[in-house]
Amino acid sequence: MTDVVFLVVSLLTVFFAILALESRELVYGAVALSLSFLGVAGLFILLDSLYIAIFQVLVYIGSIAILIVFVIMLVRRDKWANVTSGNERILGIIAAVLLFSTMTYFSLSSSLTSQYPNPAAISDFYEIGSQLINDYWLILQLTGLALAVSIVGALTMAKFENR
Amino acid sequence: MCVGIYGLIAKRNAIRLLFSVEIIINAAIINFVAFARYHDTPLITGQTFSLFAIALAATEAAVGLAIIVQAFRLNNDIDVLELKKLRG
Repeated sequence: MTDVVFLVVSLLTVFFAILALESRELVYGAVALSLSFLGVAGLFILLDSLYIAIFQVLVYIGSIAILIVFVIMLVRRDKWANVTSGNERILGIIAAVLLFSTMTYFSLSSSLTSQYPNPAAISDFYEIGSQLINDYWLILQLTGLALAVSIVGALTMAKFENR
Repeated sequence: MCVGIYGLIAKRNAIRLLFSVEIIINAAIINFVAFARYHDTPLITGQTFSLFAIALAATEAAVGLAIIVQAFRLNNDIDVLELKKLRG
């Protein structure tokens, strides 16, 4: 079972990575890249490291992919600034209501009850946290410093033109 | 990882180069976590190290994208081989 899941997830990851580099339109490439990151997060879950998977989704899909899409839209401003199509409001409302009703129906009719989190995963989190604070506190500080410096550098570069 | 290296060599569009770098970093992180997991006594250090790696990849992406935007303002183009103005 796990082998099949691993095979599917890794194949999807590699496929989307290739698609990210080879797709003709840059925005589709960015979307494929974020899907590939999602596949990598799935691989992390298969490797029993849930914390890294959460971090991967937060940092890569949450910030890096969005940042890339923003930059693409900045660079290709003439193409993406004036999109005129896509104004089918009634279709959207129907889709939203349909999705909501099916999800409500299935979640009410299922036998799921409240669950307690897996204690093994929690001890994992605890171990990572204590290792970060106790053993690698200097590297943690340095990483924070690097983040701050990169933000300041990016801002100065963005302001450079306006002087 | 091989896909990323291929992209790094073959592409000239700066944003695609950034894609390639991200893919390579992701592959490296997977290796860290996997080898720590399948160590004789499973280690947690691999996960801790990959946290740092992910954070640094984020800083790299931010700075790289800022450079791309700046190069686009200078040049109206993001072809890397055209960026010869930067030669000192």
